[in-house]
Amino acid sequence: MFEDSQGDTSKARLREQINDNLKRVYEETLKEDVPDRFKILLQQLKAKEAKT
Amino acid sequence: MNDHGDVDQDRRAAPARHDTAASQVSGPDPREELPEHLSALRAFAMSLTRNSAAADDLVQDTIVKAWSNIDRFQRGTNLRAWLFTILRNTFYSDQRKRKREVPDPDGIHAATLYDKPAHDGRLAMNDFLRAFDQLSPEHREVLVLVGASGFAYEDAAQMMGVAVGTVKSRANRARARLAELMHLDDRNDLLFGDDATALAVMGRSGIAAA
Repeated sequence: MFEDSQGDTSKARLREQINDNLKRVYEETLKEDVPDRFKILLQQLKAKEAKT
Repeated sequence: MNDHGDVDQDRRAAPARHDTAASQVSGPDPREELPEHLSALRAFAMSLTRNSAAADDLVQDTIVKAWSNIDRFQRGTNLRAWLFTILRNTFYSDQRKRKREVPDPDGIHAATLYDKPAHDGRLAMNDFLRAFDQLSPEHREVLVLVGASGFAYEDAAQMMGVAVGTVKSRANRARARLAELMHLDDRNDLLFGDDATALAVMGRSGIAAA
């Protein structure tokens, strides 16, 4: 397993930087417009259920 | 009024219409809320698959499953967590079914997706993505759940079907592996050497920490 020779402060900093990059990657997708296929899918599911 | 647990939660969710049909729960259909969670589902699916076409297929499967199994959702609980659980379970069961899935060992896909003008921490970001892509889906999952999705460790533990302690140790191993892949274990300058780059990468949290 990875040993951090720099101690806890460096480890905490690394964790913070990793989290920040993770958030950027995550939010990149979050900001995208949701493709229409999902709105259409939900409409289809609703319509199918209304029939039965 | 002696009922506890689910029934109380249902009442809190829908206080105006209770006890209309004995044990049958009434109130707004949680499925009406699905559109609010689509962006988050896509972001989580992207973290697992690292491929936008596969991510959208996964979200589609998740929606269909959630729609037809909505009676298994406990009202008053966290709908997004429930959806995330379906999504991850679907992902891992698909993965078991077709093991010959083509990986992206060089991170080419991610590199092209995120290849933006290379200054102000962008270089570090590309290195990060290359390393992130090389992690196992389990490691990407735990990092995104506890580090980016806004869920608590307890929620992540429930979604992953493991103890909170396991989430923490898995997250630690994932971070260590990520650092190793970015060669941060022997080359600390990549993220920390250049203050300007480090601050740009750190963004808001850099300001908060200052």
